[in-house]
Amino acid sequence: MTPTTLAKGITSGLRAAMEEDPKVVLMGEDIGKLGGVFRVTEGLQKDFGEDRVIDTPLAEAGIMGTAIGMALRGYRPVVEIQFDGFVYPAFDHIVSQVAKLRARSLGSVAMPLVIRIPFGGGIGAVEHHSESNEAYFAHTAGLRVVAVSNPHDAHWMMRQAIASDDPVVFYEPKRRYWDKGELGDGPDGDLGTARVLREGSDVTLLAYGPMVKTCLQAAQAAEEEGRSVEVVDLRSLSPLDEETVLASARRTGRVVVVHEASTFLGMGSEISALVSEQAFYSLEAPVLRVGGYNVPYPPSRLEEEFLPDLDRVLDAVDRSLAY
Amino acid sequence: MSDNEVAPLETAFGVDHHVTRAEAPERSAQEGGPEMVQLLSPEGERVPNPELDAIVDDLSDEALRGLYRDLVLVRRFDAEATALQRQGELGLWASLLGQEAAQVGSGRAMRRQDYAFPTYREHGVAWCRGVDPVNLLGMFRGVNHGGWDPNEKNFHLYTIIIGAQTLHATGYAMGVQRDGDVGTGDDRRDTAVIAYFGDGATSQGDVSESLVFAGVNNSPVVFFCQNNQWAISEPNEKQTRAPLWHRARGFGFPGIRVDGNDVLAVYAVTKQALDAARTSQGPTFVEAFTYRMGAHTTSDDPTKYRVSAEVEVWKHRDPIERYKRWLTTTGTADTDFFDAVDAEAVELGASVRERCLSMPDPDPTEMFDHVYADAHPVTAREKEWFAGYHASFEEEVSR
Repeated sequence: MTPTTLAKGITSGLRAAMEEDPKVVLMGEDIGKLGGVFRVTEGLQKDFGEDRVIDTPLAEAGIMGTAIGMALRGYRPVVEIQFDGFVYPAFDHIVSQVAKLRARSLGSVAMPLVIRIPFGGGIGAVEHHSESNEAYFAHTAGLRVVAVSNPHDAHWMMRQAIASDDPVVFYEPKRRYWDKGELGDGPDGDLGTARVLREGSDVTLLAYGPMVKTCLQAAQAAEEEGRSVEVVDLRSLSPLDEETVLASARRTGRVVVVHEASTFLGMGSEISALVSEQAFYSLEAPVLRVGGYNVPYPPSRLEEEFLPDLDRVLDAVDRSLAY
Repeated sequence: MSDNEVAPLETAFGVDHHVTRAEAPERSAQEGGPEMVQLLSPEGERVPNPELDAIVDDLSDEALRGLYRDLVLVRRFDAEATALQRQGELGLWASLLGQEAAQVGSGRAMRRQDYAFPTYREHGVAWCRGVDPVNLLGMFRGVNHGGWDPNEKNFHLYTIIIGAQTLHATGYAMGVQRDGDVGTGDDRRDTAVIAYFGDGATSQGDVSESLVFAGVNNSPVVFFCQNNQWAISEPNEKQTRAPLWHRARGFGFPGIRVDGNDVLAVYAVTKQALDAARTSQGPTFVEAFTYRMGAHTTSDDPTKYRVSAEVEVWKHRDPIERYKRWLTTTGTADTDFFDAVDAEAVELGASVRERCLSMPDPDPTEMFDHVYADAHPVTAREKEWFAGYHASFEEEVSR
């Protein structure tokens, strides 16, 4: 076990994957000499060369479209989208091509791409730098979507994502990049599995990415008030680890889903439907959602009001327990 | 100042007297202009070209006759597909009528290891690559979304999103570079990629981005634009103010306009561009100046937006007629040959028809297959549910 940051967990995951497989290439804006605006690819171009760590022109559709071509030639491109709000020019290639090429070719073509997206708010950024757009991609059949919350998963899930023959949209919580944690010797389960981070018996908190830490803090605070709160890190948004989610829901009977994205048609909506359909008789309360409001991400002076925090999570826990 | 005189443009660095404003485009896109490369006139006369003659001279008589055979068979296949659509056997068909020379000339210029990224109209290129023409009908009949293995003939799936494939081609070419398969001097190894797209696609950001990526990477890709003058109902001048081939210059590589109805010129120009690509000289933009003789697709009615006089002009420039004349006057082919090709075309039409009609509908559960490499629980559960749902009706019937 070695302490590291979430960002460096990804860096070492990328490095390991590149050492294991010469077909792994990185593509993105400013990822070479600069090492990316978050320094996640720092040092990799120096060690692997400009042909494998490609500083691309400033064009997201171009990056994604050429990454598809590289994948068709047998490469495993890992694409960095500089910020969440910059992925939209590449959206067409992701949903129309990356997600569909396997099906269109009746299985003869694979799209082993990883699309890295630093996401979420809380860093006081300007517009388009704080979004949580995971639901768009989770809604698209053919894609896998994951979100990491800690350095260990950042490292191992990156390696798993690169090894996957399916395209993976890989969400990195940018406000947690510099959080430290232990990096263990192997992955905690397959890509696609959730993890129970804290066991509890009264309420289940389901979260992913940046909200996992918030939920762990909320569970700690709730404990001080005598409430036993379970925290599940979903890790994978498509597929969802239904088994783990439903087992926890059945255990506690109360579920609160927490994410930064707007709750309207967000991941919480799908999870709520899942739990209602499959664990109806175990529920003591309706599934509650804590998330962003149905507004464009606000100016940074207001983001603390927009983003779920410990108090809003605890408020939802209280509301759930009131049933 | 008359309409044609323009004031010098003011630039950030002062007044630049070398920059003139292009005249506003008008509907005169019927002429390729003096810079268009042509080796065969519409009358079938050979136009000498010191740079390209050697490429044509290298073609054997058999190869020259082969080009004619390709042109005729591709047109016949296309006509059969249009008929199949009219009879309700295909949901849609995008005819290549008029563009046979652009596709056969460029398709035959490729080497075995080269890779083509088509639109949805490249039936002639598919033919040259050896793709079974019946495979092309699948998506238009609605039994699949493509369905062939692109790596079998180095011919990617048809791409309907306009211009997207130009980026895929460029990325593929970037992969070729990383594999070291350019500039080795080995004829069977050095690889070029060709991206097909139309005049309408040039307005798409994807196409401009692909030109950027290919340019800065010096990638081995040929951008083959079939300017068939129409993007559904919008004429070329709605897409561009300057000739399309001029665009290449701004991206730092050569552009060339070729008579797209002249199979020899298209072959020579494309071969030259592909060879430049495979020898590490980078991309080329080829504008094949041609005409869409038919509708955009069978769902379209071109009489609503273009005049028949225009179509008549282009009938005179038919790619097959001029080539047949040249083959005849040079004694490269005789009546027996032409008759044999016609007979083969009839056979092809009949066999395509028969095989299209016998194409089975897919099993409904197949839509759940090949969505993911590793099973996705939702898709897997839905497939199981779907199968059970259907089975429940069978049980009721048998009860």
